[in-house]
Amino acid sequence: MSGQTSSEYKYIGTRSIRPDGADKVTGRANYGADFFLPGMVHGKILRSPLAHAKILSIDVSAALAMPGVLSIATSEDLPDMNAGTESAGEGEVDFYDFSCNVLAREKVLYHGQAVAAVAATSEAIARSALDKIVVDYEELTPVLDLLGAQKSDSPLLHKNQTTEGPKGKGKTPSNIAKQMMLARGNVDEGFSEADVVVEKTFISPIVHQGYIEPHACVVRTNESNQIDVWCSSQGHFMVRSFMARLLAMDVSNIKVTPLEIGGGFGGKTVIYLEPVAAILSRKAGRPVKMVMDREEVFRATGPGSSSIVKVKVGAKSDGRIVAMEADITLNAGAFKGSPMMPSMMCVFTPYTCPNMKVTGKDVVTNTPKVAAYRAPGAPQSHLAAECVVNEIAKRLNIDPIDLRLLNAVDEGSPTIYGPKFKAIGLKAALTEARSHPHYASALSDNQGRGVACGFWFNVGLQSSATINITESGKAVVITGNPDIGGSRASMALMAAESLGIPLDQIKPIIGDTESVGYNDVTGGSRTTFASGGAVIKAAENLIQDLKRRAAKLMDIDVELVQWIDGQAVAPADLDKKPLSLARLARKAGATGGPLTATATQTARGAGPSFAVNIIDVEVDKETGSVDVKRVTVLQDAGKAIHPSYVEGQMQGGAVQGIGWALNEEFVYNEKGVMENPGFLDYRIPLASDLPMIDTVIIEVPNPGHPYGVRGVGEAPICPPMAAVTSAVNDAIGCGADFQLTELPLSPVKVLDAAEKLMG
Amino acid sequence: MATHVKTTINNEAVEFLCEPHESLSSVLRERLHLTGTKEGCTTGDCGACSVMLDDRLVCSCLVLGVETEGMSIDTVEGVAKADKLHPIQEKLLEHAALQCGICTPGIVVSAKALLEKKADPTEEEVRFWLAGNLCRCTGYDKIIRAVLDAASVLREEA
Ligand code: FES
Ligand code: FES
Repeated sequence: MSGQTSSEYKYIGTRSIRPDGADKVTGRANYGADFFLPGMVHGKILRSPLAHAKILSIDVSAALAMPGVLSIATSEDLPDMNAGTESAGEGEVDFYDFSCNVLAREKVLYHGQAVAAVAATSEAIARSALDKIVVDYEELTPVLDLLGAQKSDSPLLHKNQTTEGPKGKGKTPSNIAKQMMLARGNVDEGFSEADVVVEKTFISPIVHQGYIEPHACVVRTNESNQIDVWCSSQGHFMVRSFMARLLAMDVSNIKVTPLEIGGGFGGKTVIYLEPVAAILSRKAGRPVKMVMDREEVFRATGPGSSSIVKVKVGAKSDGRIVAMEADITLNAGAFKGSPMMPSMMCVFTPYTCPNMKVTGKDVVTNTPKVAAYRAPGAPQSHLAAECVVNEIAKRLNIDPIDLRLLNAVDEGSPTIYGPKFKAIGLKAALTEARSHPHYASALSDNQGRGVACGFWFNVGLQSSATINITESGKAVVITGNPDIGGSRASMALMAAESLGIPLDQIKPIIGDTESVGYNDVTGGSRTTFASGGAVIKAAENLIQDLKRRAAKLMDIDVELVQWIDGQAVAPADLDKKPLSLARLARKAGATGGPLTATATQTARGAGPSFAVNIIDVEVDKETGSVDVKRVTVLQDAGKAIHPSYVEGQMQGGAVQGIGWALNEEFVYNEKGVMENPGFLDYRIPLASDLPMIDTVIIEVPNPGHPYGVRGVGEAPICPPMAAVTSAVNDAIGCGADFQLTELPLSPVKVLDAAEKLMG
Repeated sequence: MATHVKTTINNEAVEFLCEPHESLSSVLRERLHLTGTKEGCTTGDCGACSVMLDDRLVCSCLVLGVETEGMSIDTVEGVAKADKLHPIQEKLLEHAALQCGICTPGIVVSAKALLEKKADPTEEEVRFWLAGNLCRCTGYDKIIRAVLDAASVLREEA
């Protein structure tokens, strides 16, 4: 926890107090559900009681007639939409599907899908009005099993969906939406050279991002077709563009003001309520507030894909990996679009192995449409790949970290998806892990240790920033990405460093969609990298302007002015007093008007991040329950702008991965109804489940960023599932043949496996 | 029929009207706009709505507004005194123990209740006491350190 200030920098790398801190520890900060408008009414959603059915008719007349009911929305209120994917923000979107997910058309495809909505003067009236809406369904057989869904005799979710493959579209309708392949070298030759080959299939369930704040918004429409939105999201510009598209409006008619966000992890990179609230508000002539309850969050938002991943790895007896093959099936939920591609691209990326083949399938089932979840798709495929690599290490009797070091990618290594790596920190992280005291510590009876590494690309995308200098010479730094985990603090640090002024002279704020240029979502671990990059550019632009003005005041050539420690400085021999930012601000009227600077960028050169975990567990052989004893997480952050928040990402990601490995799972009955839609039965890790999470930040600067920043938010969730699974297999004495291959590693499964091993 | 309820909230007399089915968290938030008390579940599982009710730590989503007649309620809004953060709040910030911050008000109220009962808790005691306060962002490490650190500050102050 000691402050690690790099001598190069004055502010970057310090552990400053976050600017929004006081408001967040006192309850003053406004989150999604904390916003109120005069005259506001309450919207509630009617959700499908069936997992798969045709909608024959919807009769809202009785509900509409109830006193206090002001408006009702169904999919008829949404404009027609053409099917077909378009690129949007981080990925691809099919707006027809999106629209159906907001309010169902023709069919319901999962239990809990939104079918209609009511706005009423109180939440209680809105709820009772939902009961008065009569929907006539023709029930169909739900498709719940990821394997069964692929069979040719399976019921179909979408009659027009055929499989999109590398060679175009298939002919017959299918629940397999997409099928892809990536390859390099020749795996068959690779396997024929191998001295040892391990092949194993790993399964993971549907899980939820589990943010503590349910989705919420307030939407107000007016008579000249303007819409105002206040909501929490991972990107208010994303909310604006999705709303515009779904409501067939121009983005300029919609203004979105971001409220504080209570967690997202990818789950708030899409919208559910806002377009519905807009329809309800337009029809009612009143602002409409909509807040989901926890059960709705579980039944109809997120989740992350369930997966079946088969991995086969071949190695020489000296540990060199010569062939790697993976077959990845991910559940998309009710509409196509699982993170199959990133899952395929990440699975073997830590390894140099020349022969690789990765196939992937995107399969629809009657479960909620998946949303991004922290390094989407990567934890599922890393689970299988890293466990199999650990088995190889055991078979060859080579230390699993040594085996990885022997095969790890480094600067110049090619990736399966194309580009070669620039400077990366995988070997550095592995080397640190190898010499970490944790790794040398002894294990007791019934304990096991697992190691794993993980990879995430990180993205750049579009960012804008504006810096306004107040008359008193303070810098108001406006960016457009919601602060989900301390980004105001990192923006302030980068601005202070660039402008050379103390942190308390900087006020970082998050502008609404009309007060700062466009910004892509807070996702892909891009904010500190890309929006931070825009702040640095804006600061550079501002400094250019400040130098010009100083030159004017000093009556010297602008080339002679330098910007040092927050002041304009002339060469010593000219005998001019330096001009501070405060002074230049006071003189701004005389030198050309107020001081302000803007910069925008489509950020390139996002540095990928690698993480390594060492995790120890203890298995209770009586009950099968698993206790996590010690966790060490190492990650390349490039340059940690605010080390505490980098550690926080590493710790939080590790713990989400531990929950995914041990407890978390959507449990469905045969009708497709989730049976555990609450935090009591969908058990995310508690404080009492965990030890401290030790962190080691590795800093291999990203050459694509002025301060060397890499995104850090996603890589931390990539290794823990494999590390925990390997540790539990180790603890029950599986040796080189892992018996536990299906998550979550619940006590029943662990006990079963342990008993089988004991014979 | 709305009921008239008289309470004391953060040491001030507060009266409100509420329906018999309304939870205390809903009254605090929707009627009194004391939105520092958060709702993550409304089923007693997340602890975001933690408040003190006559000096007892409760999930305010599990208490009815009408039940609080004559009682005193302390919410997160009452923890900082006259522009001075409580040591627990200061330590949470120093340790960067919040990321999104939605769980933080509940943790402040809950940790304060713990330290008032037990000035020198062990790490394990803090972990078990806070087991009712879910945090999805931090992995709890920094929260636990902050509470232990705040405990030592409070012991020195005492
Ligand atoms: S809202 Fe009360 S415990 Fe979650
Ligand atoms: S900081 Fe986000 S839930 Fe705790």
